[in-house]
Amino acid sequence: MTYTKPIPKATPETQEFWAGLRRHELRIQYCNECLRYYFYPRPFCPFQGCRSENITWKTVSGFAKLYSYVISHRGFGGFEEDIPYVIAIVELNEGPRMMTNIINIDPDPQNLIPDMLLEIVFDDITEEITLPKFQPMNQ
Amino acid sequence: MAIIGASETSSVGHLPNYSMLQLHAEAARLALDDAGLTFDDVDGLATAGATPAQLTEYFNIMPHWIDGTSVGGGSFLMHVSHAVAAIQAGHCNVALITHGESGRSRVGINNSHSGPSTIAGQFELPYGVWGPPSMFSIPIVRHMHEYGTTEEQLASVAVATRQWANLNPRAMMRDLISVDDVLKSRLIAWPLHLLNCCLVTDGGGALVLVGEEIAHEFAKEPVWVLGRGETTSHMNISMMEDMSSWTAAKQTGNDAFAIAEVTHNDIQHAMLYDAFTHVPIYALEGLGFVNPGEGGPYFAEGHTAPGGNFPVNTNGGGLSYTHTGMYGMFAIQESVTQLRGEAEQRQVDDLEISLVHAPAGMFSGTATLILGNK
Ligand SMILES: [Zn+2]
Repeated sequence: MTYTKPIPKATPETQEFWAGLRRHELRIQYCNECLRYYFYPRPFCPFQGCRSENITWKTVSGFAKLYSYVISHRGFGGFEEDIPYVIAIVELNEGPRMMTNIINIDPDPQNLIPDMLLEIVFDDITEEITLPKFQPMNQ
Repeated sequence: MAIIGASETSSVGHLPNYSMLQLHAEAARLALDDAGLTFDDVDGLATAGATPAQLTEYFNIMPHWIDGTSVGGGSFLMHVSHAVAAIQAGHCNVALITHGESGRSRVGINNSHSGPSTIAGQFELPYGVWGPPSMFSIPIVRHMHEYGTTEEQLASVAVATRQWANLNPRAMMRDLISVDDVLKSRLIAWPLHLLNCCLVTDGGGALVLVGEEIAHEFAKEPVWVLGRGETTSHMNISMMEDMSSWTAAKQTGNDAFAIAEVTHNDIQHAMLYDAFTHVPIYALEGLGFVNPGEGGPYFAEGHTAPGGNFPVNTNGGGLSYTHTGMYGMFAIQESVTQLRGEAEQRQVDDLEISLVHAPAGMFSGTATLILGNK
């Protein structure tokens, strides 16, 4: 079956993020000066007062908390079949936030409590691309 | 600096016989008429959505100052601010700011599309976001979690705004609604129901600004630009730093209040861009009219509705009046109409100072204007 939803295309500074996911590792960048993780990938630390270029890629835990979300009751471009589905912002244990889908859960506000604990699920959508999705802990 | 010409297109709503460029042109012509000027008097041009190059070609003008800042609905507030600076610097004398959008009929529109290698294409679109209702809405749950804001309070914003629309014959949706009507309308992206969302319409608007020295030489009394603030802080909703507060609104509000040398108590009327019902709540809190978390209750208590102590979105807003896509121009138009005393049944009495606030994109930044008629 062909995948009809939007497929991300890596750029030079995001290559390692997507390569890591392909190996089922969540890789994000870490600043060796201010000792903080950040996302999305950039060749410099984005934090105010730092902006260091002394940065490295690290594999992180894949554990996160639910920060905020909507439950979409409309969908386009391949998402029609998923309605209703959860578009969420999660906060990784290491600090940065990212957009994702919460899966393996009944999409009802009763089940989606802000700050609930989540773990990563690697979703191989094509031969090259794996998306980081999240589900409630201990599924 | 002053606004001496202002007009919307002759009608707004469903205009399938107008292209995007036609809407710009009609609004521009009517705003220039309002001031007793013509395109030949224009030596400064600002616009968003369309580019200055498209419009100078369509209007056949070659101005001395242009501004194509296009960061979403609040762009036109920024144009006002930039035009003030350009006139002060002597870069132009008559600045025309135009908006035209075939948001509903999609006639002759520019393409906007994020490719798969953009930041949105890599980090947002793969998760099924499909437009403002699925993105601008993501922070709401955090506000509900931090402050106890309720779905009923969100709905009350639509209810209060509809009461104003009921007084505006140009408004697309005029029948009064209840909180229950909002909560029973179909789900779009929980917690947003259909009636929590703005309209999608066609229309345009334009403004003409000149310097203080000549501001009294036109048909109508000038509306003065007393204060301004603008910023952007991110592009993608997932990069909004604190989803329970609008820090950009706080900053542009503070800038505008400082320049205008007025306080919150001096503001008698506000246009708080309402793409969705939560947006004016975040704005009211961010601008400091109420404390964080008090925005929902404030709307629910009716303070902003007709008869309340702080009239907000008196044209009926993007929720019930019109929303072409970049609604900020209509927010400014209503402030000007109110400050000129031309708002008929919905006129705010003894109005001297009005505030206009609009987002750049989806919480991506904001602009604030403080306007006055004295
Ligand atoms: Zn750093």
